[in-house]
Amino acid sequence: MAQRTFKVWRGDANGGEFKEYTVETQPGMVVLDGLHRIQAEHASDLAVRWNCKAGKCGSCSMEINGKPKLGCMARLNTFEPGETITVQPLKAFPIIRDLVTDVSWNFEQNKRIAPLKTKPRDADGNHRMMQEDVDRVQEFRKCIECFLCQDVCHVLRDHKKHDQFVGPRFMIRLAQLDMHPLDTEDRIPAARKELGTGWCNITRCCTEVCPEHIQITDNAIIPMKERVVDRFYDPIAWFIGKVFGSKKS
Amino acid sequence: MVDVSELQTIEHDVLVIGAGGAGLRAAIESSGRGKNTGLVCKSLLGKAHTVMAEGGMAAALGFTDERDNWKVHFRDTMRGGKFLNQWRMAELHAKEAPERVRELEDWGAVFDRTKTGLIHQRNFGGHRYPRLAHTGDRTGLELIRTLQDAGVHRGINVHMECTVLDLLKDGDRVIGALGYWRETGRFVLFKAKSVVLASGGVGKAWRVTSNSWEYTGDGLAMAYLAGAELMDCEFTQFHPTGMVWPPSVRGTLVTEGVRGDGGILKNKEGKRFMFGYIPERFAPETADSEEEANRWLKGDKSARRPPELLTRDVVARAITREVKEGRGSEHGGVYLDIASRLPAEDIKRKLPSMYHQFKELAEVDITKEPMEVGPTLHYHMGGIKVDHDTQMTTVPGLFAAGECAAGLHGANRLGGNSLSDLIVFGKRAGEYASEYADNNDAGKVNDEQVQACIRRATGFLNRESGENPFVLQENLQAIMNEHVGIVRTGEELTQGLEKLAEWSKQIDTAKAHSTAQYNAGWHTALDLRNLHISSEAITRGALMREESRGAHTRVDFEGEREEWGKYNIFVWRGNDGEMKIEKRERPEPDKLLKEIGYSNIEDLESGKVGANAE
Ligand SMILES: Cc1cc2nc3c(=O)[nH]c(=O)nc-3n(C[C@H](O)[C@H](O)[C@H](O)COP(=O)(O)OP(=O)(O)OC[C@H]3O[C@@H](n4cnc5c(N)ncnc54)[C@H](O)[C@@H]3O)c2cc1C
Ligand code: SF4
Ligand code: SF4
Ligand code: FES
Repeated sequence: MAQRTFKVWRGDANGGEFKEYTVETQPGMVVLDGLHRIQAEHASDLAVRWNCKAGKCGSCSMEINGKPKLGCMARLNTFEPGETITVQPLKAFPIIRDLVTDVSWNFEQNKRIAPLKTKPRDADGNHRMMQEDVDRVQEFRKCIECFLCQDVCHVLRDHKKHDQFVGPRFMIRLAQLDMHPLDTEDRIPAARKELGTGWCNITRCCTEVCPEHIQITDNAIIPMKERVVDRFYDPIAWFIGKVFGSKKS
Repeated sequence: MVDVSELQTIEHDVLVIGAGGAGLRAAIESSGRGKNTGLVCKSLLGKAHTVMAEGGMAAALGFTDERDNWKVHFRDTMRGGKFLNQWRMAELHAKEAPERVRELEDWGAVFDRTKTGLIHQRNFGGHRYPRLAHTGDRTGLELIRTLQDAGVHRGINVHMECTVLDLLKDGDRVIGALGYWRETGRFVLFKAKSVVLASGGVGKAWRVTSNSWEYTGDGLAMAYLAGAELMDCEFTQFHPTGMVWPPSVRGTLVTEGVRGDGGILKNKEGKRFMFGYIPERFAPETADSEEEANRWLKGDKSARRPPELLTRDVVARAITREVKEGRGSEHGGVYLDIASRLPAEDIKRKLPSMYHQFKELAEVDITKEPMEVGPTLHYHMGGIKVDHDTQMTTVPGLFAAGECAAGLHGANRLGGNSLSDLIVFGKRAGEYASEYADNNDAGKVNDEQVQACIRRATGFLNRESGENPFVLQENLQAIMNEHVGIVRTGEELTQGLEKLAEWSKQIDTAKAHSTAQYNAGWHTALDLRNLHISSEAITRGALMREESRGAHTRVDFEGEREEWGKYNIFVWRGNDGEMKIEKRERPEPDKLLKEIGYSNIEDLESGKVGANAE
């Protein structure tokens, strides 16, 4: 049986250290499986979040050999045989314990974004939207809230602008609402001021780590930046767009 | 001894336990009715099981095929459930699902569209017409995020990563719950005028399952201990298509949408074997040649449905049989082939997360190769008995909705009928729990009950030495996998019960190491009791039901027995603390519903039957 050694960060808000564990491996194993073996055999109190084990829930975010990843999608055979795998918690959020961080800040950001203000239904009681008009919105709605993009964005990670920038995850939430064909709300002033579109300098690090391959920067943030710029240069153009529907172009 | 008055105490009008589709929908309803609402969940918000649902949500909107309506949906649900469903629940579900789905759209859900811009509906097993509103193959994510975002702005108090240990009672009534924060291990007392359980299923009692760690039957066990009745527990659904290879993902779901979009099942000889397993009841509505099945797929309305889309119990048993008789695939499954059926681009567009899942976890490209699949424990039809209309359990003030409640699905659930169940009955539970809260005061907490609960919980930490809780959980899973599997015998079930009893003695010897702070071992130890109660109820029900119906297959009692069609099985806790079980005669259904349920499809569609049903 093959074996694999993991270096796992253990500790809490007061500090901690890396500990080494070696477990037996099976074909197809992922890093999260390795951590579960460690729990069962060496450290039943090892703290790690997970739910679906199939890349669908966004619970198992961690930094693996320094890269933000989902533990359940990181296959062991993508690492060199014999290579020790280092696992540590997300850096952009406060530590709770071991691999678990306090991501509650993210949930607060959602509250700052005005919700959908829906158009009335058509006379027959249904809404109508064309597939080509919702493709983009659906791309953003694939987000599993793993917060890996939030972890890697330097505005949050290094500059700690948590009070001024909602981060890439909520930029796509904003874009998704703003591009929703049934929406009638105006979020552009808030996008510029409270939500902080201006902080992003288009490094595309968020897009690179997104496990859902959402084009965060190109498809969401840049268009939102453009909308902000358009508005503040030319409010009339916006008004016409909103009334005559070119906004959703 | 803990001083109860010093515990952190949170008061609500309505407390909802569980933040999947059912719990979120209930909370939206009760807060919308002006009730101070608390919502508790074990994981972070948005990570509940609902997020994993793939294929879609059934509602007879009639957008993709205008022949659909609630009566056909109702009939499909009853037939799928082998007529053991609660008639009234199946009726309400079929009637109300379309409006609940439209409401999701009002709240921002973006389903896939038809050419005219309406919600596109997908074919699924057991549904006569394309009926599942869906967003690619990530419909659960669409549902949970929509409800989550709608909830955020409606003033619901969300208590995340908080696990409820027990319900608290004042006399007959449930008046709150005791829980602990995962982060700190501290206890918290919730007081409420009414409580809604929306805690999901019990898949973690088995080794091969599509379910996550959260599914330990907490709701069932807590309701049972609070005096509520459970019903239909013997009906556990094995989904026919779970992944079988590699071992670390064994059990992970492969959506039925693959078959709905044309995927076919083959054995190692390359034979499309489902044609050999068509039950008599479904024969008139199922294609009997590949040629006809292919025509159906192309949209020929005169062709009948392919046998791969028979109900899940039928397909799961067929696969089990193929494997047992030596015609299985390399790793003990069968082949599910979509590659030869659809162009690669269509596969990637219609089934993106399946494509992704196989590519990353199994190194299989499903646009080029077949998938290897086999049955996996997926869903619990049984659960807490509830009133049809109000969702109140047999205990006053306690409501239940979603997978933890029983009644809608009978002996077998149709795919897609769970997500619609969540929104239809989640709403109802929220509505009637609000009404209950209007008419009742906050009750009085019994300090001794709280103290006993805390003593049990801290026992695992304070013990000097003891069993590893993970190992104990694995042992239980082995028992259930071996004795209460997809095909059952009286002898195996009896042995299973003995082993469960023996195993349960070890629960209180489990030892959790280190502190109570985010301690996975401790959490696992705390769940063992719930797994045990649920497993016992399932096994006892399975032993009592001496027939094969829906998801419950007894090789020593083959076939449906007319006699057993008259009964549901109930389980409750006796005054002596032992589990009691009884079969009870089903009430006579409404005449019109009965006619619709048993009608043949031509009579229903021509209006000969059910024409004056509203
Ligand atoms: C992989 C997969 C795919 C599926 N696909 C489909 C599909 O396509 N269509 C369909 O109709 N159905 C599908 N199903 C079934 C459906 O998703 C579930 O039955 C449904 O989501 C259950 O919803 P729920 O609201 O009842 O519970 P869940 O969504 O499971 O939520 C349970 C909640 O209860 C909480 N909880 C549990 N115990 C406690 C406790 N002790 N204290 C506090 N909180 C607690 C959990 O934390 C969680 O928040 C699928 C299921 C799986 C596993
Ligand atoms: S592109 Fe913008 S949001 Fe994304 S990581 Fe860079 S700065 Fe952050
Ligand atoms: S946008 Fe991508 S990386 Fe960011 S939270 Fe969503 S899924 Fe994760
Ligand atoms: S456990 Fe769900 S994404 Fe990893």
